[in-house]
Amino acid sequence: MTLAAGTRVRVLDGASIGHVRTPWYVKGKTGVVAHVQGSFRNPETLAFGGDGQPVRPLYYVGFRRGDLFPGTEGPALDTVYMDLYEHWLEAV
Amino acid sequence: MSHDHDHDHDGHDHDHDDHAEPVAAAVPAAALRARAIEQLLVEQGVLTRETVVRGIDWLVSRTPTNGARIVARAWVDPAYKARLLADAKAAAAELGIDAAPSAHIIALENTDELHHLVVCTLCSCYPRALLGPPPAWYKSNEYRSRAVVEPRAVMAEFGLQVPDAREVRVVDSTADVRYLVIPRRPAGTDGWSEERLAALVSRDSLVGVVDPLEPDLVSAA
Repeated sequence: MTLAAGTRVRVLDGASIGHVRTPWYVKGKTGVVAHVQGSFRNPETLAFGGDGQPVRPLYYVGFRRGDLFPGTEGPALDTVYMDLYEHWLEAV
Repeated sequence: MSHDHDHDHDGHDHDHDDHAEPVAAAVPAAALRARAIEQLLVEQGVLTRETVVRGIDWLVSRTPTNGARIVARAWVDPAYKARLLADAKAAAAELGIDAAPSAHIIALENTDELHHLVVCTLCSCYPRALLGPPPAWYKSNEYRSRAVVEPRAVMAEFGLQVPDAREVRVVDSTADVRYLVIPRRPAGTDGWSEERLAALVSRDSLVGVVDPLEPDLVSAA
């Protein structure tokens, strides 16, 4: 699976045990893939003596800040972008 | 020598203070723990004290001056800016700045329509191979939590008011990419030399919490 730019994605709402690079505040939230950053070793196994294989595609994903933190200050056009590994994303 | 330094393993340059207790209470304990771990690693022959000292020296030999030179070149040379946006490490290398040990680095251009602000909510990922250690505030729990929730209020505390019509894009450096902001070139700097322009580019403007210095704050060169 490779997610194309523009794909709407939901971040999985899984546990954060270990060296997980998905912040809690985007879990279960919906954003849009901006582009693919490349493929990198999986930090969740790499951090514990593993080889990080297979490599995982990493996506630059944009969210509307109002969707992440409803009711907070700021114009509706404000956004939050971050890098998320493919196994944390599902196309919606 | 302080042993509570940040580390850089496999080009994966972030701290792990997300696993630590609140900063104010944890500093002495974290320093003790780091010292104990270092001592064990030395005793077990995994590394030497020299390796540690050289690692620290290398890290602090990187400074925000590198970022300022890169930004100033991008301001005066559109073709360079295009190469910087396409491949930041290669563009740094053109200026003799070797960021090779770093993770992937991406430059983010601030414009009249879009303002980038960089944070690492999970720990303190930062383009250390270019800029050296991050500012203390960048690693604070306060900045890490507030930057995503109320970025405009945080920037206002640094003295920057971003117009409501300009998108504030907070970039959370969560994984294998490090981010460098290319701030907007200040007005009133037409014809300035690259060196003089670089003096306007503060460390904090490379993170996006402020704009570059105003031209009248820098003495004529």
